[in-house]
Amino acid sequence: MKIIKYLSIACITCVIVAGIAIPMVPQPHSWLEFPVIPGLEDKARNIFFHVPVAWASVLGFLVALYYGFRYLRSKDLDDDLKSVSSAGLGTMFCVLATVTGSLWAKFNWGSFWNWDPRETSIFILLLIYGAYFALRSALGSDEVRARLSAVYSILAGLTAPFFIFIMPRIVGGLHPGAKGDTAGSTPVAQLHMSPNMRFIFFMGIIGFSLLFVWLLNMRIRVARIEYHLSKNEN
Amino acid sequence: MWGSPPGVKRTVNFITSILAVVSKDVRSELRTRYAMNALLMFVVTSVATILFALRDDDVSTEVLSGMFWVVIFFTAMSGLSRIFISEEERGTTMTLQLVASPSVVYLGKLIFNAGLTLALSSAVTLLYLIAFPAFIIKSMEIFTITIFLGSLGFAAAATIIAAIIAKASTKGTLYPVLSFPILIPLLMTVMKSTARALDGELFTAALGEFQVLVSYLMIMVAGSYLLFDYVWKE
Repeated sequence: MKIIKYLSIACITCVIVAGIAIPMVPQPHSWLEFPVIPGLEDKARNIFFHVPVAWASVLGFLVALYYGFRYLRSKDLDDDLKSVSSAGLGTMFCVLATVTGSLWAKFNWGSFWNWDPRETSIFILLLIYGAYFALRSALGSDEVRARLSAVYSILAGLTAPFFIFIMPRIVGGLHPGAKGDTAGSTPVAQLHMSPNMRFIFFMGIIGFSLLFVWLLNMRIRVARIEYHLSKNEN
Repeated sequence: MWGSPPGVKRTVNFITSILAVVSKDVRSELRTRYAMNALLMFVVTSVATILFALRDDDVSTEVLSGMFWVVIFFTAMSGLSRIFISEEERGTTMTLQLVASPSVVYLGKLIFNAGLTLALSSAVTLLYLIAFPAFIIKSMEIFTITIFLGSLGFAAAATIIAAIIAKASTKGTLYPVLSFPILIPLLMTVMKSTARALDGELFTAALGEFQVLVSYLMIMVAGSYLLFDYVWKE
């Protein structure tokens, strides 16, 4: 875990420094210059932070779903602790992604919220996280809570392909990578990124993923201690 | 010749037990008429509210089809959860667990809810045709298929969520909260294709929406069929 911690700190520090400090010029000549992306300009720097955070929020959901699935198989409450820890982290990253995306949208599209398909999908992800925790708080015993919230997260995961892959394609949008955008039609916006931008971008993805793993590990350990303490009290 | 082979016999048994669950629910519903009356009054009041708001306006087909499904969504949310909550309230869950296998119970409840949703959406259609002069179905095929597939998809998602919610302490408020994120892909699609039907577009224009509806229905039924065991068994 120590290695993961230091690696993630190193990656994210590099991304912050490089992402903010490297100038954007029309004709980049050296490795330390980014090309100007028409229509985005300096606002394009958001991609180094917003996209990795959004990725981490999806990762949080997938890990929660995986451990929910594992719980249904094993009936081991430790799997449920992992699942809920991951969902909590995912919620945090989801809020961060919504805020960074919304701020960016204000300066790029003119308003904080436009109901672009991708804004809709992050909104649904927020709703799912909210519903997941609302359901958990309404269920009494540990076993029932673990079982039903695992079922709900799997059920929500089943609808994910619709709003990740199908909806942004059939509804035209403003987001880079949407249907009308010629730049690309993959789920991850393939902007006109130069190799050095792409390097920083993937460094951000790796850095935030490692940050997620490290935080998750910490949260799971805390959750285990809290669980045992509550068991001892009774 | 000498009695049917065991496979056929098992299938026949399976179907008769499903029908037994359905007829049990229909009979207990006819005795109290709880869901039917509640749903009907809910439809009338919500359509009346919309009429007060839009009385003299020239409303677009998008708004009309949106309002149409809003009424169906909230009405369904007020009535469809009864199917499992009533079992919990009457304390008949254990008996049902003893006499029927989970898949039989699930399919029986699903068929009952599907019938209820179909009746509900037909009633809303009828009221809309009477109340709104602008609500003219120009493309009958698109409209009928949308209502049919939409109601079935609605019932599929609503039934499994109802099963989850029956175990929770705050049943009524949590039901729409849990269902909404799951139903969003369906709602967006049916709203779009209902608007197409009101605009009188060609049948082929709505084929994309039908594909989404069919795949949603299949994913939901298959997923809940597999997950229902975990919800139902203690």
